[in-house]
Amino acid sequence: MTALRPARLRPSDLARLGTSGLRARPMRAILAALGISIGIATMVTVVGISASSQEQLLRQLDALGTNLLRVQPGDSLFGDRVRLPKSAADMVRRIDGVTHASQTGETGVTVRRNDLIPSGVSLGITVQAASLDLLDTLDGRVRAGTWLNAATERQPVVVLGAVAAERLGLTGPDVQVWMGDRWFTVIGVLDRMPLAEEIERSALVGFPAAKDFLNHDGHPTTVYERSADEAVEGVRAVLARTVSPENPNEAKVSRPSDALKAKAAAAGAFTGLMLGLGAVALFVGAVGVANTMVVAVLERRREIGLRRSFGATRGQVRAQFLVEAVLLSAFGGGAGVLLGALATMGYARINGLPAVVPVWALGGALATTILIGALAGLYPALRAARVPPTVALSGQ
Amino acid sequence: MNILEIRGVSKSYGKVMALRDVDLVIRRGEMVSVVGPSGSGKSTLLQIAGTLDRPTAGTVRVAGHDVSRLSDSQLSALRARYIGFVFQQFHLSPGASALDNVAEGLLYTGLSRRQRRARAAAALERVGLGHRLGHRPHQLSGGQMQRVAVARAVAGEPPLLLADEPTGNLDSEAGAEVMALFRRLNAAGITIVIITHDTEVAMACPRRVRVRDGLVRSEIS
Ligand SMILES: Nc1ncnc2c1ncn2[C@@H]1O[C@H](COP(=O)(O)OP(=O)(O)OP(=O)(O)O)[C@@H](O)[C@H]1O
Ligand SMILES: [Mg+2]
Repeated sequence: MTALRPARLRPSDLARLGTSGLRARPMRAILAALGISIGIATMVTVVGISASSQEQLLRQLDALGTNLLRVQPGDSLFGDRVRLPKSAADMVRRIDGVTHASQTGETGVTVRRNDLIPSGVSLGITVQAASLDLLDTLDGRVRAGTWLNAATERQPVVVLGAVAAERLGLTGPDVQVWMGDRWFTVIGVLDRMPLAEEIERSALVGFPAAKDFLNHDGHPTTVYERSADEAVEGVRAVLARTVSPENPNEAKVSRPSDALKAKAAAAGAFTGLMLGLGAVALFVGAVGVANTMVVAVLERRREIGLRRSFGATRGQVRAQFLVEAVLLSAFGGGAGVLLGALATMGYARINGLPAVVPVWALGGALATTILIGALAGLYPALRAARVPPTVALSGQ
Repeated sequence: MNILEIRGVSKSYGKVMALRDVDLVIRRGEMVSVVGPSGSGKSTLLQIAGTLDRPTAGTVRVAGHDVSRLSDSQLSALRARYIGFVFQQFHLSPGASALDNVAEGLLYTGLSRRQRRARAAAALERVGLGHRLGHRPHQLSGGQMQRVAVARAVAGEPPLLLADEPTGNLDSEAGAEVMALFRRLNAAGITIVIITHDTEVAMACPRRVRVRDGLVRSEIS
């Protein structure tokens, strides 16, 4: 008499068993997996859009560089604003490693389309004096017209930042704007400058013109500096002391690219709300899978009894239904990943972003759906395993 | 050698005594019919003989194995190796071909898919359906469907075949075909137990077992 040991099911047989129920009722399988699909699609899309936006910002950062530093006067101990020396940019230019340095100075006047608009309306545009090499330092470009030169920096002419021009409703040069108490001629409009958004919102005149026509005192309020990448930290350490030797604590040094980096990090963080919605859809999907499997077990009692009469163990019946639930869920997850990737690509195309769907999101989606399928299928599988073999013989 | 030994077996469902202190021994190579009125306990007897259910009292031995000492998975292994079942309603999968239906019966024997399909084809050949391998159940007559079910039951070459009213859903001609098949299989060595209401079927078996109110009496013609 030989020992009785049930034969193991081969993985390929188990996989075929797991799909048999799904193949028998494909429409039901699709509907049951829909919830999972929607949940996964939502999550993949959220992650994909975040990653695409972040990639866009990081590429921008790469193009703009991270070697620009900005110095501004801080508040003194007594609360009033400290003034930077008139020759601050020249002093900075002498620091080791510095390649460019230039300065701007706020004039406190406003710019208007004409003299009928009250002077209190600023449109958020700052009128600033700018040194001639500002554009070089900021790596800026003129969109229309020209930049200031040694002659025009003494004349009542102005170059507008991109946002300033937009807010004034101007598209090109050769128009007059009212600044302080006289007309200035617009000779140029600048391109966007993501690393110096304050310049985008400025109307720029030469330092001599600011002194002659706008009563500017000649003191800069911002100094911009560019150096070799390796020199940035070294320059940063001595920058405040250079422009404000007596009170180095009163000069604030910042790195504009840090703000962009922070923005990229924020773009990479997913919106909790959308992820929450995805999680709810996944939960509903899990309930759908569990429900479908419970119904399947009820309908297939006869099949289960028959398999038990063939010699299937309880464990093999349990495994069959567990695998079926996992496959059902994973199919839903696969469809969801596909949908999510397509949605991300569509969104990226419309918004001109590079489409990025992180691999970890795809792997995570697959692992999640397998886990969900296993959890949702557990109870139905346990019920299936408890179906008595006698149902195969009983008439009902 | 006895393929089946039932000694002092009782089975109760709550207050209903479906079997009362039954003794029944079947030797290898026998062909036995089980007859009796409806509700007398025939199916219950077959379930217990086939290890699909356990008795309330008494012992059951299949091929020498004491069923009461076996775990559920050992019982499963015993069914896979020693017992084939044939049911009144055929229980074929409507979406699968005759070959796949028969091969499915071998799924739990540990054979590879290729071996299972080869054995299934041979079994269908044996029941005279070698030319119907790819047919779905709905493309077959009732008699052919039951022969597919018989092929499934014997494809693993179990020593014991248990059939619960295998001709109950068939007309007399198809029933006679299936009975002829059983006789051929029995002649080839397989032990067969058939529950039936049909006296012709019962008379075709060398030995009859009568069941009445859960009590069993054997007679040999
Ligand atoms: N699962 C069950 N629960 C309760 N009672 C049952 C169960 N199975 C069978 N019975 C009862 O046990 C008795 C024997 O039933 P069984 O099915 O063995 O009869 P049978 O001889 O096969 O009848 P038939 O010829 O109608 O198939 C009947 O009284 C039946 O009602
Ligand atoms: Mg019966």
